[in-house]
Amino acid sequence: MTNVMPSQSNAAPLPPDTAGGISVEVHDLTVAYDRKPVLWDVDLALPTAKLIAIVGPNGAGKSTLLKAVLGLVPIASGWVSVFGSPLKAARRRVGYVPQRETVDWDFPVDALDVVLMGRYGRLGWFRRPSRADREAARHALDRVGMADLAHRQISQLSGGQQQRVFLARALAQDADLYFMDEPFAGVDAATERAIVVVLQDLRSKGRTVVAVHHDLQTVPEYFDHVALLNMRLVAAGPVASTFTRENLQKTYGGRLTLLDEAAEAVRRGSPG
Amino acid sequence: MSELLRLITLQDPNTRVVLLGTAALGVAAGLVGSFAVLRRRALIGDAVAHAALPGLCVAYFVVGDRSFPAFLAGALAAGVLAAAFVAVVKARTRIKEDAAIAIAIGGFFGLGIVLSRIIQNQPTGNRAGLDSFIFGKAASMVGSDATFIFAVALTITLVVALLYKELKLTVFDRDFAVAQGWPALAIDLALMTLICVCTVAGLPAVGVVLVVALLVIPAVAARFWTNRLPTMLLLAALFGGASGLLGTVLSATLPAPAGVLSRGWPTGPLVVLCASALFLVSLLAAPKRGLLADLVRRVRLRRRIAIQNLLRDAYEHLEPRGDFGAAFRAADLGAGPAHHDEPRRPFERAEALGLIQSAAGEYRLTGQGQAAAARTVRAHRLWELYLIHHADIAPDHVDRDADRLEHVLPPEVLAELEARLEGQVPPGVPASPHALRGSALS
Repeated sequence: MTNVMPSQSNAAPLPPDTAGGISVEVHDLTVAYDRKPVLWDVDLALPTAKLIAIVGPNGAGKSTLLKAVLGLVPIASGWVSVFGSPLKAARRRVGYVPQRETVDWDFPVDALDVVLMGRYGRLGWFRRPSRADREAARHALDRVGMADLAHRQISQLSGGQQQRVFLARALAQDADLYFMDEPFAGVDAATERAIVVVLQDLRSKGRTVVAVHHDLQTVPEYFDHVALLNMRLVAAGPVASTFTRENLQKTYGGRLTLLDEAAEAVRRGSPG
Repeated sequence: MSELLRLITLQDPNTRVVLLGTAALGVAAGLVGSFAVLRRRALIGDAVAHAALPGLCVAYFVVGDRSFPAFLAGALAAGVLAAAFVAVVKARTRIKEDAAIAIAIGGFFGLGIVLSRIIQNQPTGNRAGLDSFIFGKAASMVGSDATFIFAVALTITLVVALLYKELKLTVFDRDFAVAQGWPALAIDLALMTLICVCTVAGLPAVGVVLVVALLVIPAVAARFWTNRLPTMLLLAALFGGASGLLGTVLSATLPAPAGVLSRGWPTGPLVVLCASALFLVSLLAAPKRGLLADLVRRVRLRRRIAIQNLLRDAYEHLEPRGDFGAAFRAADLGAGPAHHDEPRRPFERAEALGLIQSAAGEYRLTGQGQAAAARTVRAHRLWELYLIHHADIAPDHVDRDADRLEHVLPPEVLAELEARLEGQVPPGVPASPHALRGSALS
């Protein structure tokens, strides 16, 4: 827990942290909406250069955990650090893929415009995106297989394409640590494959991805680590040792059909 | 008429300044309004505007005379108070925003009317000119007022230009902006301030009752013509500026309604009517989002569906014979759900498109028509198979479901269907999974 990376604040792309470091540390985190707690005393230390799933039933506080780490919801108690420093100092190293439903897709912008927003953070006040920023945005769109839809208005995109635009925007942030809120929710098969390829590519470059994930069956296939959450943290660690029937039972209670599906997924996923 | 000429040619220096002022205001309102509408803050503008009236009255009580800058300062203070009221009520109580706005509009405006009656009953009350603030009267502005408004409008325009990127990001995706480290609350407050200032600057020309329309209507009208934010802003500015200009000219030059007490036309309604006319034209005639374009699209889709149904019926009629170049009659195809009203028109259109040929009351599919028919039938049957295998729908139920979907299938969905059905369908046109209408009869 004390493996703290030195804080870095320059805006240039940073070398990813080497294996063994801690990307996110959450200490005794409690979050409440309207005085009703949704997260209780969560302690969590996530590794770097891994794909990490946050899993739990509806209302377990999965999205809230991401939002609390990102400073989008007020924290009742506890603290969060990113690469060993407060979030404020590490903002430039963090990318975010919100849930698709959180924005108005009839907004008058095209796919490239949205991806370009990923560059705004490093631009700072009043400065307009440069040619290099546009190049980076185009490249990000290309990585999610949407280069030819750059100038399509975003309402004209399918749900899966919209999700890929959000992913491309995060890629344009060129971060070391990505938070993704249900990136696979409601997407088509082509998009799911495209996202998986991008995630694996990020990991191979030493980047860390923390994703809220709702499909238990694909957890062993897509992710290295898992955090099981149900208002409190049930368990966290490598998928092989943590994503067990016992832990899932603790997380989900008695919903057995779901558990059987997951157990089967565990069996299938364990050798590979 | 000579006066109209004088106005339009800007011969009178005072008029020139007033017109420039209202036009610049329209431009600023179009810009700010675009962001307000996209952020769903349009109604806040209305609360701010109505709250301005008691602010004006209090300013008059304090200063004791008509003072344009003091009026605007009072209006702005009251407007900000109303906006803050709405924000606090929304955040701290269970009252929803629309109800909070209605409370602010009613409460502040009621207070304003009562206070203005007190002022008007004073011997010097008419000097305040509060009436012209309720419905707007550009003609009552003096040159210095208009210069002031012009300067305010110019400032607003510059601020919007400067904050363009920040406003766009925060309005589109506030959470992402915060995650990137932007002070979204401050940017939001900047937008609210722009809305307040713009509303208050519009009061002398458009009046408290209608000024919100100048924020909203040009922006909404502009949205019809474009999918790009810069173009939308430009058009909204243009529409707003033109409405301000035209409304002011009309209110100054139209012959006043008859009557002893007539005091001429108020400017606000005419400005808003000009903007509304632009909105109506946009609503109807805009190339992609307009109602007429929508109608054309629907009619085209219906025609395409009718032709595709015709081709499919012909294909399925000819399928048992194995000769798709054979002749058939219209009556062979039955009068199923495919050919509703005007049964002959699809035949005529298909012939005009070179898909079928007619001779002596009989039709034949052309080579092009056979290919199109095979494509249509394939899409239809792929859907049917998909619904049977993946959605557990009984084979004798799928026909109509597939019918609704197949005509709007984009190619990528078709490709995915094929991928999902891999191994289950041979290339080319698969056999129908259910008894066909035609073969069922024979």
